[in-house]
Amino acid sequence: MSELDELTRVLPMVGAEPTILADETIAHVVGHGHRILSRRSVPGLDLDVHETPEALVGRMTVRAGVTIAQPIHLCFGLAHPTGSQHIRMDVFVEERATARVLSHCLFPFAQAAEHRMQATIDIGPGASLTYTEGHYHGQHGGMQVLPHATIRIGKGARYFSDFSLLSGSVGSLDIDYLVEVEEDAIAELTAKIFAHKTDRITLKEAVMLRGERSRGLIKTRVVLEDEAFAEITGITEAHAKGSRGHVDCMEIVQGQAHASAIPIVRVFHPEAKVTHEAAIGSVDKKELETLMARGLTPEQAVEMIVSGILR
Amino acid sequence: MILPLLQIHNLTFAAGNQKILDRLDLTIHPREIHALLGANGSGKTTLAYLLMGCEGYIPMTGSVLFNGTDLLRLKMHERAKLGLTLAWQEPARFEGLTIREYLSLGHPELTPESLLLQVGLDPERYLNRRVDKALSGGERHRIELASVLCMKPRLAILDEPAAGIDMLSISHIITVIRTLKENGGAVLLITHQEEVAAIADSASQLCNGRIIFSGDPTHVIEHFRGRTCVRCDGEVCGYVRA
Repeated sequence: MSELDELTRVLPMVGAEPTILADETIAHVVGHGHRILSRRSVPGLDLDVHETPEALVGRMTVRAGVTIAQPIHLCFGLAHPTGSQHIRMDVFVEERATARVLSHCLFPFAQAAEHRMQATIDIGPGASLTYTEGHYHGQHGGMQVLPHATIRIGKGARYFSDFSLLSGSVGSLDIDYLVEVEEDAIAELTAKIFAHKTDRITLKEAVMLRGERSRGLIKTRVVLEDEAFAEITGITEAHAKGSRGHVDCMEIVQGQAHASAIPIVRVFHPEAKVTHEAAIGSVDKKELETLMARGLTPEQAVEMIVSGILR
Repeated sequence: MILPLLQIHNLTFAAGNQKILDRLDLTIHPREIHALLGANGSGKTTLAYLLMGCEGYIPMTGSVLFNGTDLLRLKMHERAKLGLTLAWQEPARFEGLTIREYLSLGHPELTPESLLLQVGLDPERYLNRRVDKALSGGERHRIELASVLCMKPRLAILDEPAAGIDMLSISHIITVIRTLKENGGAVLLITHQEEVAAIADSASQLCNGRIIFSGDPTHVIEHFRGRTCVRCDGEVCGYVRA
């Protein structure tokens, strides 16, 4: 089976259909290691990705005023147990443009491999970008995954990101996002992670509310089992009049797992406000007992609650 | 002769040094709606939790037979499998769980749509909403009742089912309670609201962890009206602590 076939075969594990690659109305890039296996662009989108020995290097631009109707699919991964993949990507969503990106990170057989993403995202005034990143890993847990990004959201623009790692064992995951939000702009960052075995999760998301009436939300849901560990840091700084931020972190800990949550909120203007809530612990007792009173075993009840939290 | 569905005998429960239930006796028959009245702190909710088997609610003394089975030996989900269920006074909020999923836990022939209609909620508006903080207290209570309905329980313990429900919607709650009975079940109805208690077949008043008065709901409501002591220590209700 070719590497392209191996990667597309597991696309359904992150909610995508392999047929998207054949659809001429859908832009995509498929990268294996530092090689590009498939790519397609659509009108209004400039997609320039090239191979280097050290990394896949790309620049993606959604032109001003354009709405890309279908999601842009970025499929990156490794079809082998070992290897390395570095990606450097600059994304520009120009003024009043709108796009959705579905990024699929696929490592079905990885045992000792690395996936490193270094991205900058620039969203122009009045533009909108929805960025959804889904990871699929096998059961070996030997990966080092390092998605790092710097995002600037222009005046009146919107950025919604949704990171999910819900199946398989990753190994080590180290996310580091910095988001700068300008006047009347909105940033919403959601991360959902289910960690198993000896997974190590480090998640740091920082939202800087620079502009007046800017809005920021960091929402994190992490479930840990076995001997997994997570450290979640959500930082929100409000620098301007009328800016509002919220940090919401929930971690469910099972087995021998352990977790920490570090919400950091800073306010630099008397008319700004940032709130936070963090909860770490076992599954909520009342939720558990409610489902058990409807006949579910404790195990079934926990599974239902956890799947709801990670949805 | 109809055998009792629930037989509670000499049930005592304490939290620390404080007795919450004190040698309590209560019997409920199949298809009986039994209202339990009592002031705040009289032990009503504790009795509900203890019967359902909630964590930490283990009696010091006494027995509970449910259709002849020793209930106290069973885990919570095993009690539910026998046909016992509970609607909480403050129902849980589930992040992510939809109302459709929550109302699909019971009998498959009872659809979530039909259950919502029975509690007066529009399925189109509610089915795909989540059982989370976005629901008002009254909406959450109605969904809790719908989830009890879908279990077709032999005994439903309803802890203040009409709390937070507007006056116009109380009729839906009363209909649900009657439906539980029509479905062949019994109801232990914990309530402060007289119009709800009035639909019961029988009633009891709980005071200081003991049943101090039982009988026809009209008489028990009347008795309760005149004796709303929180900790009367027997001065009003006549109960003499041992």
